[in-house]
Amino acid sequence: MSLKLTALLKSPWVFHLSTGSCNNCDIEIIDCLTPRFDIERFGMLLAGSIKHADVLLVTGSANRKCIPRIKRVYEQMPKPCFVVAIGECALSRGMFIHSYNCPVPIDHILPVDAYIPGCPPKPEAIIAGAVKLIEKVKNGTAKKAKNEK
Amino acid sequence: MAKTIVPIGPYHPLQEEPEFFKLTVEGERVVAIDVHVGYNHRGIEKISEMKTFDQSVYTVERICGICSTSHPFACVQAVEDIILMEVPDRAKYIRTIIAEGERIHSHLLWLGLAGHFLGYNTVFMWAWKLREEILDVMEILSGNRNNYAMFTPGGVRRDIKAEDIPVVLKKVDSILPTLDMLKKAVMDDPVLHARTKGVGILTRDEAISFSALGPTARASGVAKDVRKDAPYAAYDQVDWKMIVTQNGDVFDKLAIRVLETFESVKIMKYCLTHLPGGEIKERIKNIPPGEGIGTHEAPRGEVFHYVRSDGTNRPVRHKIRAPTYMNLPTYKATIIGETISDATIILAAIDPCYCCTERLAVRDMKGKKLFNGEDLVRLSQEKTMQLKKKMGF
Amino acid sequence: MRKEEILKSLQERFGADLVEIVDKSAKRVYIEIKPEALVKISLYIFKDLGARFNIASGMDTPHDMEILYHFTIERINLIISLRVKLPKEKPEIDSLAPHFEAANWIEREMQELLGIKFNGHPDMRRLLLPDEWPEGVYPLRRDYEEWDKTAIRDRGV
Repeated sequence: MSLKLTALLKSPWVFHLSTGSCNNCDIEIIDCLTPRFDIERFGMLLAGSIKHADVLLVTGSANRKCIPRIKRVYEQMPKPCFVVAIGECALSRGMFIHSYNCPVPIDHILPVDAYIPGCPPKPEAIIAGAVKLIEKVKNGTAKKAKNEK
Repeated sequence: MAKTIVPIGPYHPLQEEPEFFKLTVEGERVVAIDVHVGYNHRGIEKISEMKTFDQSVYTVERICGICSTSHPFACVQAVEDIILMEVPDRAKYIRTIIAEGERIHSHLLWLGLAGHFLGYNTVFMWAWKLREEILDVMEILSGNRNNYAMFTPGGVRRDIKAEDIPVVLKKVDSILPTLDMLKKAVMDDPVLHARTKGVGILTRDEAISFSALGPTARASGVAKDVRKDAPYAAYDQVDWKMIVTQNGDVFDKLAIRVLETFESVKIMKYCLTHLPGGEIKERIKNIPPGEGIGTHEAPRGEVFHYVRSDGTNRPVRHKIRAPTYMNLPTYKATIIGETISDATIILAAIDPCYCCTERLAVRDMKGKKLFNGEDLVRLSQEKTMQLKKKMGF
Repeated sequence: MRKEEILKSLQERFGADLVEIVDKSAKRVYIEIKPEALVKISLYIFKDLGARFNIASGMDTPHDMEILYHFTIERINLIISLRVKLPKEKPEIDSLAPHFEAANWIEREMQELLGIKFNGHPDMRRLLLPDEWPEGVYPLRRDYEEWDKTAIRDRGV
């Protein structure tokens, strides 16, 4: 594992990107920061700017107006980075699969490393997903970890 | 003075949802605003027409995660309005309990975010900690923290068990002292007064012309609340009062939401202790051709659903109007003439970060770039030097 | 003013412009009017009767384009819905947006989703759909078909 990745895993900063979601997953992500769940004790912090972030948390079913902007946000992100899709909409678009404004799922737009299902996933599930992602990177099985020499 | 356009969004630090605001400023004053929406448009009205009446209730639940009871509430009332049916009493009370629980958690959520946008993070943490208690209550009652799936045309899907009621009452009682403390922290804080009083005023006439709804209208002295005006469910059987203030500024909107939380606790407790017996659901055999309108007072204002049936098991048209649809254009009235630092609170849902100078570019009216970040730093240093000289340092 | 008086005053003032009054229940009235009389009737309801503009809902029925303008009068707990039927070949109607702000966004939305033209609207840009959405394709019409060939509509399982 490279030095960059070791440093990243010590304290992964997350950026939250909503791409046309119902706000439920977004609220649950913010919930992780509040006293009951307090994700900051694992060194995770919600970054204000994409340029400070290591992990991109994507929610929502990617509508047409958002897609070009999602790509631009991802391009601005410092690499190596990880993408986590949160919620049923981000996984497969759920019930929005036949919507005229949601043409493709998120993983056709961004390379997704971890999927957290649920409508919405509970904060515990989000934390568990984040921990699994970290383990995956440590074992060297994540997509980005292989590319990063 | 040169006009400057400040873009905010669609992806912006701490902005929950993608929205795009174009603020035109002259110096510090905002002179025009243009709101671009559509980053969240998923075509739910079209999807709902592919579903049956039963399914469309769960579909509209996914419109908004925070008001995940309001839309089903209005939707089932619209379906019931087609056949002009009354639901059993017990279902009415359970509906009211769920709707009020949602109002408490929604207002606490907003209060926390408002504190956060004002740079008052203690309020944010306290309010959200308190909100968890209410989410626990909802989990006991419905089985889920957010999407409750309690509603169905003709009644509710799940009953409230008798042994759960004391547990829920105890939990609801236990939040009251903290809520009191929060109320004092918000209402008596001189810093909050200084930041929010007299800021972003929406006058009564403007509120009427924009057809503003919910707390936004009630803060401007327009006494409108669907729960009082067109009583449905158990709202006419409970003693509660509508909170109306006259100033229309940000502080009044804040105060209304805090005070409404207490009213909601009152309604919820009354309904839990006076829960009538009987059936929870009346079966609907088939829905004849016709049209129905359902309204419900969501935490943010009135939700409006219009459902048209043609005799099949699917709606042919399902029009949904969320309260923010009417409240968002009121920015045109509230933000103009205010300073850009107050714009954040007035827009309330967003917190622009002015340190990120690479996101901000000064443009003239034709869109030509005049300064970049470095120029701005240089200009501000020059100005500081000039001021220092003038003041004799 | 009670509901019966409101219906009576509407009939007295605009008798020739009203097509049909459906008195559905104590709280709901549906009134079909002629399209050219929309502005004066809705202004009377909004300004003189003190109603609140709720929303308009457009619909593509098999025979014509239909718009319902919903108004609420809170004092007497009544929702008045003005029904307007427009020919499918040329759906055009006068805009309400110059008269009250609340109608501004919904007319923009109906214009892009249903293709109804609003004459005299101050700001007729797109509201919800992206810029790359093709002209003349209206998603809420009955004959809407998928235009984007790259869209993926199966779950891949």
